[in-house]
Amino acid sequence: MIASLSLILLCQLVGEVAVRALAVPVPGPVVGLVLLLLLLLARDRFPVLARGPLGNDGVESVSRGMLANLSLLFIPAGVGVVQKLDLLAEHGIAILVILAVSVIVTLLATVATFVAASSMFAREEEDP
Amino acid sequence: MSDNPFSLWVYLSQSPLLWLTVTLLTYAATDAVSLKTRRHPLANPVLHSLWIIGAFLLMTGTSYTTYFAGAQFVHFLLGPATVALAVPLYENRRRVAAAVLPMLVALAVGSLAAIVSVVLLARAFGLPRDIILSLAPKSVTAGVAMGISESLHADPSLTAVSVILTGIMGAIIVTPLMNFTGITDFRGRGFAAGIAAHGIGTARAFQVDEVAGVFAGIAMSLNALVTSLLVPLAVTYLLR
Repeated sequence: MIASLSLILLCQLVGEVAVRALAVPVPGPVVGLVLLLLLLLARDRFPVLARGPLGNDGVESVSRGMLANLSLLFIPAGVGVVQKLDLLAEHGIAILVILAVSVIVTLLATVATFVAASSMFAREEEDP
Repeated sequence: MSDNPFSLWVYLSQSPLLWLTVTLLTYAATDAVSLKTRRHPLANPVLHSLWIIGAFLLMTGTSYTTYFAGAQFVHFLLGPATVALAVPLYENRRRVAAAVLPMLVALAVGSLAAIVSVVLLARAFGLPRDIILSLAPKSVTAGVAMGISESLHADPSLTAVSVILTGIMGAIIVTPLMNFTGITDFRGRGFAAGIAAHGIGTARAFQVDEVAGVFAGIAMSLNALVTSLLVPLAVTYLLR
């Protein structure tokens, strides 16, 4: 478990160093994600890599455990926000209504586009 | 120690141990309730942990800085959790690769819908310009949204509040809304949750279905990039 966690931290560390060295506007952890993905793909090609955290479901089980409790990780930042709710008081209910309607519009627009586009592209593949 | 319980409190309330424990315990309890109710949308663990901890801090007169000294160890894991998204992405790589085109189209439409809808609604409600600018990036991760807000000379704190509220509302609403539309494609449902409600929506998606979680994670990451480009464009065009 420690080796798997170290591998994840190492990927993030390399990512953070890379984005700062290259001054690209991408978050370091996202580069870390790509690195870990490449390592996992490389393991399929080169079985010699399947050892330590990359063998025996190591990094997989630690990652799954972390993602299963993803909600927990938003609590510290969220609590700070709860203390700033007075910022909303001035405009009261208006902002809440706007955000709620906007989130519904966004969810519907995205899912409808996704479903329509995937059936369109699927049909094109069937009869080119 | 027993002759002065107050000094014990002074010691504990200043140490990271107490606030880390409070954060983990509250989450463990709210998550247990969420599991017990078979992940009922209204039993969202983020929502309930926030008000419980918020009320506790208020009652004990604890500052956020003191609280965060303990909670930062949890907050820190956001980075590694982002890296960890590589694992479900790898395990579902064929489904993801097969859906690249629909994802890109849905990303463009969804990202625009998120920004344009909030700007137009806020204008219709007659909100002042600086408030509208602060609300515009509300569908992306707090860090990115606050950066956008800053670059527009808006109020990053108000942006952070609207980001968290959007995430929680999206996470609560997504399941009933999708069930209502009758859409059962969990790739699309997850993708929409990630676009509309960033990480909190992604956390919800992982609770419901792993494939939904993977697509939500991709949507959240891509939306952070697209929104950073679109918000400045959209506000100059819509708020002339």
